[in-house]
Amino acid sequence: MAEVELRNISKSFGRIDAVKDVSLTISDGDFIVLLGPTGAGKTTTLRLVSGLEHPDRGTVFIDGNDVSKTTPAMRNVAMVFQQYSLYPHMTVYENLAFPLRSPLLKTPESKIKEKISEIAEVLQISHKLNNRTTELSGGEMQRVSIGRALVRNPSIYLMDEPLSSLDAKLRADLRVELKHIQADLGATLLYVTHDQIEAMTMASKIGVLEEGRLVQVGPPREIYEDPVSLYVSGRLGLPRINTIPASIFPGAPIGATTLGLRSEHIELGTGLPANVIRLEHLGDQTQLHLEIEGHKIITLTDVHSQLQPDDIIHIQPKDPLYFDPSGNRVR
Amino acid sequence: MTNWSLTEPSNTQKYVAGTLVAIYALVTLLPILWILSTGFKTPTDSIAYPPKLIFEPTLEGYVNLFTTQTRQTEEYLANNPPNNWYEQIVHDKGMVIAGPSRFGERFLNSVIIGFGSTFLSVFLGTLAAYAFSRYKVPLKDDLLFFILSTRMMPPIAVAIPIFLMFRTLGLSDTHAGMILLYTAVNLSLAVWLLKGFIDEIPIEYEEAALIDGYTRFQAFIKVVLPQATTGIASTAIFCLIFAWNEYAFAVLLTSGTAQTAPPFIPTIIGVGGQDWPAVAAGATLFLVPVMVFTILLRRHLLRGITFGAVRK
Repeated sequence: MAEVELRNISKSFGRIDAVKDVSLTISDGDFIVLLGPTGAGKTTTLRLVSGLEHPDRGTVFIDGNDVSKTTPAMRNVAMVFQQYSLYPHMTVYENLAFPLRSPLLKTPESKIKEKISEIAEVLQISHKLNNRTTELSGGEMQRVSIGRALVRNPSIYLMDEPLSSLDAKLRADLRVELKHIQADLGATLLYVTHDQIEAMTMASKIGVLEEGRLVQVGPPREIYEDPVSLYVSGRLGLPRINTIPASIFPGAPIGATTLGLRSEHIELGTGLPANVIRLEHLGDQTQLHLEIEGHKIITLTDVHSQLQPDDIIHIQPKDPLYFDPSGNRVR
Repeated sequence: MTNWSLTEPSNTQKYVAGTLVAIYALVTLLPILWILSTGFKTPTDSIAYPPKLIFEPTLEGYVNLFTTQTRQTEEYLANNPPNNWYEQIVHDKGMVIAGPSRFGERFLNSVIIGFGSTFLSVFLGTLAAYAFSRYKVPLKDDLLFFILSTRMMPPIAVAIPIFLMFRTLGLSDTHAGMILLYTAVNLSLAVWLLKGFIDEIPIEYEEAALIDGYTRFQAFIKVVLPQATTGIASTAIFCLIFAWNEYAFAVLLTSGTAQTAPPFIPTIIGVGGQDWPAVAAGATLFLVPVMVFTILLRRHLLRGITFGAVRK
């Protein structure tokens, strides 16, 4: 594994600026998750590291060497694609052997066999090695595609929403598995997702992208508890952070126009009256929909809450987040 | 409960469909059956009216196809008895074999020119189609339209300029000239067909191969080509069928060394009597290579025709 550094990277496609002036250092053994909605530049950043795209401006360093102008093969990176991209004319074994047989690695066949049976064991696909990839289920395909990256010993593993096309249970299983594997191997990973649970549970650091800009990088808890902007605060947390005018409750600092309230920032039972709109019982939690001075708020309440629509409940902010008119945090 | 289904045809429907297909096959195969049987008739049987469905088969047509013959005197025939079955057939008509006919050479010409131009069309077509499919080619749409526009008139419309060019360049009646010409005509079809097939192969496979440590060219060979075999096979069949059956240019541009079978076969009809069985024998043998080639690639062809119709 190696240290990967992006320095002031920019990339546009036609008139669209996909990535703007992004700088990011991925230390050896880091698991960095890039988070952001569709079109924020996550995948482009990943492709710039892989060499599938070349930056318009800026430099990519791998292990201290400038690789900005090199091809993917010369960078020795492994990548897992969102749509698996398993070679359909090959068996599972041949797919896994493909990177090892490349002119780059030229691994002897005995070594390939050893490596593949080891990885297949970890990913529980040993019994599928002689199958055509087209005969696999979605989960198996994604395991093979992760396996194709893991058989190598690259400078960095790049993963582009590898779990997004799986069903919920499989996604949860593979998430845990992937985190295990990364910890065991001490692998360096750059991982793209828009799933905040994946980001929170797996990342050693999260990088939040907004319209091509990297707006905040930090450990998951820091991103959650101490976001630099309204945009970042909205990326994590379920139910999503509530935003209401700061003037509704007293105590806003100077310059703050927006009050950001997560569930844990709302104290029920004291403060200003709010109307109960409805309750949603989700089993392990109950979401409470409120309205205060015409603004909707969603928070959590006691699972066995007896509240009814049109009831009045008093609420009070507790250590909330404040933002200025342009969305920046006011402390 | 019924075993009635919206998607699965009932037995009656299958029966009707099967009968219709059988009738259609019979209608389309009838001329071929006619040719096949005429090849084994005597010249007299071949023009009998009403046509003879049951007749005594003979290889006379095939012997006439492959040989040239001369009439001889009774005395000569008596002194030179036939050595084998085909000399016997000729002998019975009061003739002797003077030598081989030119059918073998012409047939070989067809094979060389047909398969040669097919190989070249598919080879160049694959490379061009890949470039059009994957790279930013300046004026791509205009170029593709230009390539297609060469098919917008019958090729024979440009026969005279081509005839003159070939004469000036010394390409008239050469294998190279005919291969070049058929390749030029087939290439537009090949590029368009193959571009369609290559467009269907997601570029992610090549990107995966690049990441896996291969160059662009290696990715093309190892990842794109194996997935394009279906398209390549069906394109090859279409190209071969055109080049194999082409008649007009062959008549115009070849007369000796490079003459293909299509213009040659009608000339077999002979001097004096009309030797339909020999013509039919030539036509029958002429069908074989394309048929064998198509059967060998049939699995690919079937997949090729339905390719892209259903999302995988």
